[in-house]
Amino acid sequence: MADLMELNYVVSNEDFTRAGEASSDVKKKLKQLGVSPEAIRKVAIALYEGEINMIIHAYGGKIKVTISEDAITLILADKGPGIADVEKAMQAGYSTAPDKVRSLGFGAGMGLPNMKKNSDRMDIQTELGVGTTVTMVINL
Amino acid sequence: MDHYGNSVYLIENLCKGCTNCINRCPTQAIRVRNNKAVITPGRCVDCGECIRICPHHAKKAKRDFIDATDKYKYTVALPAPSLCAQFNNLEDINILLSAIKSIGFDDVFEVSAAAEIVSEESRKYIASHKEQWPLISTACPTVVRLVQVRFPNLCDNLLPLITPAELAGELARKQAVEKTGLKPEEIGIFFLSPCASKVTSVKNPIGMEKSNIDEVLAIKDIYPILLAELPKFVEQPEDLSRSGKIGLSWGITGGEVGGLLSDACVAADGIENVIHVLEDLEDDKFSQNLEFIELNACNGGCVGGVMNVENPFAAKAKMQHLRKYLPVAAARSDKYGEYNVNWTSEVEYQPVFELADNLKESMEKMNRIEELTKELPGLDCGCCGAPTCKAHAEDIVKGIARKQDCIHVLREYIHKLSEDIAELSEGI
Ligand SMILES: Nc1ncnc2c1ncn2[C@@H]1O[C@H](COP(=O)(O)OP(=O)(O)O)[C@@H](O)[C@H]1O
Ligand code: SF4
Ligand code: SF4
Ligand SMILES: [Mg+2]
Repeated sequence: MADLMELNYVVSNEDFTRAGEASSDVKKKLKQLGVSPEAIRKVAIALYEGEINMIIHAYGGKIKVTISEDAITLILADKGPGIADVEKAMQAGYSTAPDKVRSLGFGAGMGLPNMKKNSDRMDIQTELGVGTTVTMVINL
Repeated sequence: MDHYGNSVYLIENLCKGCTNCINRCPTQAIRVRNNKAVITPGRCVDCGECIRICPHHAKKAKRDFIDATDKYKYTVALPAPSLCAQFNNLEDINILLSAIKSIGFDDVFEVSAAAEIVSEESRKYIASHKEQWPLISTACPTVVRLVQVRFPNLCDNLLPLITPAELAGELARKQAVEKTGLKPEEIGIFFLSPCASKVTSVKNPIGMEKSNIDEVLAIKDIYPILLAELPKFVEQPEDLSRSGKIGLSWGITGGEVGGLLSDACVAADGIENVIHVLEDLEDDKFSQNLEFIELNACNGGCVGGVMNVENPFAAKAKMQHLRKYLPVAAARSDKYGEYNVNWTSEVEYQPVFELADNLKESMEKMNRIEELTKELPGLDCGCCGAPTCKAHAEDIVKGIARKQDCIHVLREYIHKLSEDIAELSEGI
């Protein structure tokens, strides 16, 4: 099925207060499109967690959202440090976030598990020193 | 009232088409067309922001007036808690309640008394519905409407209890029937309201088929009449007040939360803050242990309502003074016999922002909107009558505006036209 719509965002790691801009814009658009509230909720949570990870653990990155009649695909690509042990990173509560970040209330180690929980399919491609690409699919 | 029952409306001859209001509206409900502001039915949440901002006083709220008392055999006034905070040096609520009776009502029933019962019922509901945490306050109809049109995923978090004003109406009518032997419909229940939003919620009820209130008067309309009456009752007011600190405090932000006697609650006020909280709530950004969120569309809570007289912060100070000597709570549910506080009809998502009724068509439209937005200057100047270039692009795609309504586009078009003409005439 051909993609009917594509949205692109650049996530900058310079300003923490801007974290969530992409997920909030996507959320607004999905509402206008009439996507079901359940799917919007999943996309919003998964995308926000991914956006935050890009900011905390990588140096920002790019988000591409494609919407077709039967699925929403979220692709988050960064050129950050990569993830050494994906299996470990996927565990609930596992985090390498520095104290500074934790004091802001982030770094509970629930991001990746929540992303997995809220998507119908999730794939992580990562290479140390090169970057990470997380792809999530939410079926409609 | 239109189909959606909004009470905020435009007085056409006062509107200059200045576009001040279009940017202020939290749901982008207003457009200026043919030099007049037009409110899109369904999008307006009756927050009153446009009434506050309009320099020409062209926006007003529909409401009822005190002569409506003639329609009934027996009348009861329900003063909102914020009414008590409108007067200087009011030392005793009974003075105010006596004055209210004297201006044409047979009895008064304080909304703050009903509020104490709603607090009690809220505590019970919250404790037994952990799966709905955080529950969202439904006392401000603007907040409920906002959730209904913009936050589909939060509809299930709305506290399904009627407002203190509605419960006051229910109890007041019951007491009046018992006292007079009249039929329920012969009794007129008058709510003295701080805002337009509450007018709407009576004409177009939330969580119930029919409101318990018959008429809604604006505090600012009865204020001058009351002011003249108050001195008469300073010496010997009738003992009418039945509420305490908890009930009265519902009129200011944090008051409803105060009545829940729990720390796992927060309160936010002001429409921008409310939207911010709802956005974050939708993304699960609040702690899992949060039980309840109080939201008031107006700055400072209901004392900030657009049909009040006093500045909300001065009103808050007066409220704090007034409640100082009151008992914590005075109205208890067991004093009032049988009543119903639960919602009896569903409050559902109203997708007023959807572009079309199927995904494919919506996406085609959205793609066109994105393209058009890029072709517009991005100044969000409002000259086209829409709040932003993006909103203008939406209107063009919906077929309710033309691209050339943008004066910058028009100017370019004319420029191009004159160049073409010059070129043509050179050829002659
Ligand atoms: N984009 C990323 N680049 C590098 N490391 C990442 C990225 N996303 C997640 N990680 C690693 O996975 C761990 C777990 O992520 P997550 O579950 O979101 O928890 P948290 O962000 O709270 O640490 C992080 O602590 C980090 O080490
Ligand atoms: S009352 Fe509020 S929602 Fe309604 S048109 Fe005015 S600003 Fe917009
Ligand atoms: S906060 Fe109170 S006064 Fe303001 S709109 Fe809501 S209910 Fe009305
Ligand atoms: Mg994370």
